[in-house]
Amino acid sequence: MTAHEKESKIGVYICHCGTNISSVIDVHALAEFAKGLPHVVLAREYKYMCSDPGQDLIKKDIAEHELDRVVVAACSPLLHEATFRKAAEMAGLNPFLVQMANIREQVAWVTDDSSGALQKAEAHVAAAVHRVNEHKPLERRSVAITPRVMIVGGGIAGIEAALTLAEADKEVILVEREPSIGGHMSMFDKTFPTLDCAACILTPKMTAVKDEPKIKLMTYSEVESVDGAVGKYKVRVRRKARYVNEDLCVGCMQCIDACVFRKPKFPNEYDQGLALRKPIYVPFPQAVPPVPVIDPKTCLQLTKGKCKQSCVEACGDRNAIELEQEDTVEQFEVGAIIVATGFKTFDPSVMPYYGYGVLPNVYTSLEIERLVNAAGPTGGKLTLHDGSVPKRVGIVHCVGSRDKNYHAYCSKVCCMYSLKLAHLVKEKTDAEIFNFYIDMRTSGKGFEEFYNRVQNEGVHFIRGKVGEIDSAPSNNGEPSNLMTVKVDDTLLGEIRNIEVDMVILAVALEPQPDVDQVRRMFGMSCSADGFFLEKHPKLAPVNTANDGVFLAGVCQGVKDIPDTVAQASAAAAKAMALIDRGYIELEPNTAEIDEEACSGCKICNNLCPYDAIEYDEEKEVSRVIPELCKGCGTCVAACPAQAITGVHFTNAQIFAEIEGALFDAAPAGV
Amino acid sequence: MSENTFEPKIVGFLCNWCSYTASDLAGTARMKYAPNVRIIRVMCSGRVDPSFLLKAFSLGADAVLIAGCHPGDCHYQNQNYKTMRRYSMIQHTLPQFGIEPERVKLVWASAAEGQRLADAIDELSAEVRELGPLNWSKNWDENGRRLEALEDIAKEHEEAMEVPL
Repeated sequence: MTAHEKESKIGVYICHCGTNISSVIDVHALAEFAKGLPHVVLAREYKYMCSDPGQDLIKKDIAEHELDRVVVAACSPLLHEATFRKAAEMAGLNPFLVQMANIREQVAWVTDDSSGALQKAEAHVAAAVHRVNEHKPLERRSVAITPRVMIVGGGIAGIEAALTLAEADKEVILVEREPSIGGHMSMFDKTFPTLDCAACILTPKMTAVKDEPKIKLMTYSEVESVDGAVGKYKVRVRRKARYVNEDLCVGCMQCIDACVFRKPKFPNEYDQGLALRKPIYVPFPQAVPPVPVIDPKTCLQLTKGKCKQSCVEACGDRNAIELEQEDTVEQFEVGAIIVATGFKTFDPSVMPYYGYGVLPNVYTSLEIERLVNAAGPTGGKLTLHDGSVPKRVGIVHCVGSRDKNYHAYCSKVCCMYSLKLAHLVKEKTDAEIFNFYIDMRTSGKGFEEFYNRVQNEGVHFIRGKVGEIDSAPSNNGEPSNLMTVKVDDTLLGEIRNIEVDMVILAVALEPQPDVDQVRRMFGMSCSADGFFLEKHPKLAPVNTANDGVFLAGVCQGVKDIPDTVAQASAAAAKAMALIDRGYIELEPNTAEIDEEACSGCKICNNLCPYDAIEYDEEKEVSRVIPELCKGCGTCVAACPAQAITGVHFTNAQIFAEIEGALFDAAPAGV
Repeated sequence: MSENTFEPKIVGFLCNWCSYTASDLAGTARMKYAPNVRIIRVMCSGRVDPSFLLKAFSLGADAVLIAGCHPGDCHYQNQNYKTMRRYSMIQHTLPQFGIEPERVKLVWASAAEGQRLADAIDELSAEVRELGPLNWSKNWDENGRRLEALEDIAKEHEEAMEVPL
């Protein structure tokens, strides 16, 4: 059974991939085997098929030997299918007459048994040869792209990507869950290793976002659903009721002063609960937009329905306070999406031996960031719980990182931010500082130099993991702030008890708690560490498996601010490359229904999650709408009349592939 | 593979988005597993037509592996639920063809779970090595399995006809 009239001429190319393939598989034997397969007119082996000379080999053979089908046995088609399709196309062959046999990732790299490897490689090559014989020339479909990008997350990654796109005159919708953009970076006082003030470098960018007409900023908003596909994603964004009209508010903050709560009473989330806020508040002074938000859980009017509404009165004829406001949902069409949803910090209260939440002077690094911040709850004054100045401070590294009970990975930024905090705390309090580290990891521009500087400032470094932090025995019944840090000093080879009065836990960065929900919404996967999975760890670090969805920042994996900004720029460039072209070519592997064979049973209509199959009432048959079909093939497998063809995944092609894969098996004879 | 031990020939249908990527990851991470599964890429595990399995068995496969994205993680929203339903139908039907249902296995392996896929392949290879060759035609020739199968059908029919109280 062949899909074409004349006898096909197949060329088979076996790649050595340096020695990656050839060290396990006898490539010569594999080529000899391929020569014996039906319709194969030549089989060659070459050191690097993907190289220019390798591709030229194929092009030359297509011309000289009139090959009309090509099989390349090499790495995964997910890596180089496009390469070889393009090579064939350049030689005048339809790119869909190329099939790859995966003999690297799926054979050479996963077994040491060379005879088993050869047999499996032969099966993969035979499967590809049988399959390609059934291939038909196909054309890609071209679809227009909506030149608009949605960016999810308004931290430094989202801000950078948004500004880059706006600079190129592209429309951007920036969605941020919190009342202000700025993310974690806005919480920091200084940034390592240069000790730039975080606010000084971030605030101008935040303001630029607000002032940029190309950027539609949606704070206090969340993406509710994503439909459609690359080029034409339909997104719904829920704007949570802020109870203050963003267009009418001038940011005078008089409403906050006027609130019936004379004093702030509720923990400010932005300050890690270290400061209090009123029910009407701005999370921090430089917030963008500079518009207050009313917390519906604490506002008297919104909880009890009874308040004299002094905020409304204070706002006067600006009428910006809208206590009746409700959530609104807006719908957009975007061509590409950049996911920059960031991270959360590890909660160390799950480690009872570190006393966090029990011992009052044990803080997380993020809390200390707020406390040393001039715009923070204490105006930058670092004190212990009782108001006294700390004299001996312990910084515990790797809290939640490099710990198989929590996160196996290194959070990458903690060594450097611990050094930075050591410097800042020393500067502010002149306390003795002890860093308890496993390994110091300071690779980065200017990082090692900063480490040396902090060492020279007299900060102590003790190599060892902290086992326990406990309150020190009280001094003759006198209340004391002292705690004992029990550490296994691996350089001295002994257990030491170091007395301190403040502990800073250098907590890990971890994926956001709703990472699963988000990844499903955007059709992405997570890697084993829980962060979003890029398409390729080296060659496609900002792409995802879902075309048109890109990643930026820590949501893809731990990284510092410079790396985040670099990745955000890359994601913006990738999104721009996609939308700037104006159109996108889609793979032709959609489903097709043969109306003659269709009995109109409607089984397929209900199986399609994209409503891509319509029912023609008049003709009583079903029909595929190619623009909506994504080519999963589920309807093909379900059609009782076999009236549906999965283009490029036809039954004939897969049957042929099975036949080839079992070239060495004895048929069951039934 | 030495001649005196039976090495099963297994056909694996892997979905493009999760499991095929997982198998690539297993390769990139140099995880070692049994070379018995010959891999065929489909866009979605939902594309796996039961006739693919029968085709494979009739051509001499000793087992078939179907691997796809975890429920809830399907690249095509929820098509792997259809695979799941089809799988239970297949499990139900295979004995009637004289094929042990253990010869078809469905696993979920996300793009990050190269190890999970490698383990599933090792397990299935070991199980089928234990089970022995399919010997499908032999089962039919001897009539043993066919009779059993007919009895099974009759019994199921009877059960289905029972009216629950």
